[in-house]
Amino acid sequence: MTTETESRPFTAASFYAFLKEGRFMGVRCRENGNIYAEARPLDPVSHSRDMEWHELSGRATLSAFTCISVAPASLEAKGYGRNNPYCTGIVTLAEGPRISARISGVDAANPQNIPVNLAVTLAFDEIDGDDPGLVFRPA
Amino acid sequence: MATVRSRRLARPVSIVGAGLSQFGAYPGKTSRDLFVEAFQDLQDTIDQGISAQDIEAGYLGNYSADLFEHQGHTAPIMADWLGMTPTPITRVENACASSGSALREGVMAIASGMYDVVLVGGVEKMTSLPTEGVTDVLASAADGLYEVPAGLTFPGIFGAIAKAHMDRYETNLNHLLKVGIKNHENGKLNPKAQFRQTVRDMMERRRARAEQRGEPVPEWDDELDFLNDARANPWIAWPLRLYDCAPITDGASCVLLVASDIANQFTDRPVGVAGIGQATGRPLHDAEELTSLSAAKIAAAQAYEMAGIGPDDVGVAEVHDCFTIAEIVASEDLGFFAPGEGPHAVDEGRTARTGDRPINTSGGLKSKGHPVGASGVAQVIEVYKQLRGEAGERQLDNPNLEFGLTHNVGGTGGTCVVNVLQRG
Repeated sequence: MTTETESRPFTAASFYAFLKEGRFMGVRCRENGNIYAEARPLDPVSHSRDMEWHELSGRATLSAFTCISVAPASLEAKGYGRNNPYCTGIVTLAEGPRISARISGVDAANPQNIPVNLAVTLAFDEIDGDDPGLVFRPA
Repeated sequence: MATVRSRRLARPVSIVGAGLSQFGAYPGKTSRDLFVEAFQDLQDTIDQGISAQDIEAGYLGNYSADLFEHQGHTAPIMADWLGMTPTPITRVENACASSGSALREGVMAIASGMYDVVLVGGVEKMTSLPTEGVTDVLASAADGLYEVPAGLTFPGIFGAIAKAHMDRYETNLNHLLKVGIKNHENGKLNPKAQFRQTVRDMMERRRARAEQRGEPVPEWDDELDFLNDARANPWIAWPLRLYDCAPITDGASCVLLVASDIANQFTDRPVGVAGIGQATGRPLHDAEELTSLSAAKIAAAQAYEMAGIGPDDVGVAEVHDCFTIAEIVASEDLGFFAPGEGPHAVDEGRTARTGDRPINTSGGLKSKGHPVGASGVAQVIEVYKQLRGEAGERQLDNPNLEFGLTHNVGGTGGTCVVNVLQRG
């Protein structure tokens, strides 16, 4: 881990800036090893302030999902909606924590065919620079 | 049940009056118009009468007049329009649990000895925005940095909970739809409800309309067949359809709280606040379980402990059915049914008005309507009416009804408020 990485503040701005650079950076509590896929400045469980950036593999399984037909404005602008639903949900990362993410590369019009615990991987190339939410796709 | 520290109010608090505006879509009416309507209903229902100038403090639940109506600082406006100034009033914002939390603040204000007579209420004017706008405003109650960028909407988050429940237990799509059918049957009997129609009524209406227009009349075997038809009941966030979602509603609610030792100055049938609980949870991706709201379990344990009762003593419950799956999860979190048994209880009719565990006799958020900031107190009003035997056509046939419960959720369990109310 470079000094430059270590010095970045534990903020969402840093988290999403890392993503744009092609790095999926969570944080780790140095005291008890808890890992979070959000940039938290303190560990909400151990209450330690001794946090460090921790690079995540991007490997995960899909733990729960939904396929949305009534899209918020930001996704409507990308062409999603009634005739083109999108899949989003909760993934469990190989490192343990969960995070919310959009899921691409699945048939969102036929959600009954999307398997539970599907293996997924972070799709850096699908993360939009202007609106950089996490996107995973089948591994 | 979670283990909680024993807590007591420093002195008992009673509810002596309740008022609701009509729930629905009212173009031209703003928050203040709705709140005045609710207050006038309250005045009319207080046996001995009440003047706005007799009130010593107010707490107002309001989620987002800021975004819905471009109106911040709503509490003093409500006070002025009631003629309550210069009495202090404070707005409380906890998303869809705003007035549940406002009620709790009012209870503690009286229990502290500071005041004897407190007005608590809630208001939301939602239909001023189109549906997409409302979806975006509601989504702002989720985590804007880590949930919303993933494309999660409120129906989406509860859709994911529904999917997790279906994967873990025997829950299926028909269980969800049956919650809606049951709540509309109750709402039909509630004069204040937004939808005073059963699902069968709505199905017949659609058939009649098709016939009138000379279009092919759809053939549906029954309500479930109708609700399973994607043309009649489109997907919103699979596995949730339109009729799994509470509507967008304009409405207001208020109750009058007083120190129990003066309750008989207002009514000879007060309802006691026997137990209050409130707890805080984390976003779904950080939650302990995907099929349960931990804050609901903890808030329930607090309320039961303070009231000295358990789930089996609850004769009527109003729970936060913002989506049909939320009612099933609530019935498990509150200890009415074991985890995974909630859907079977719906199938068996146990949560119907005629069942042994009546839930949402008002019609719930689904049929009565869900003006988000007003819903927590509106739930309390239904239980108040049931305990006083004033619920009209939907009155429970239970002469031993003593305890009722309300369960009000903000966001996806970021906030949960549970109250136990007691007759007398």
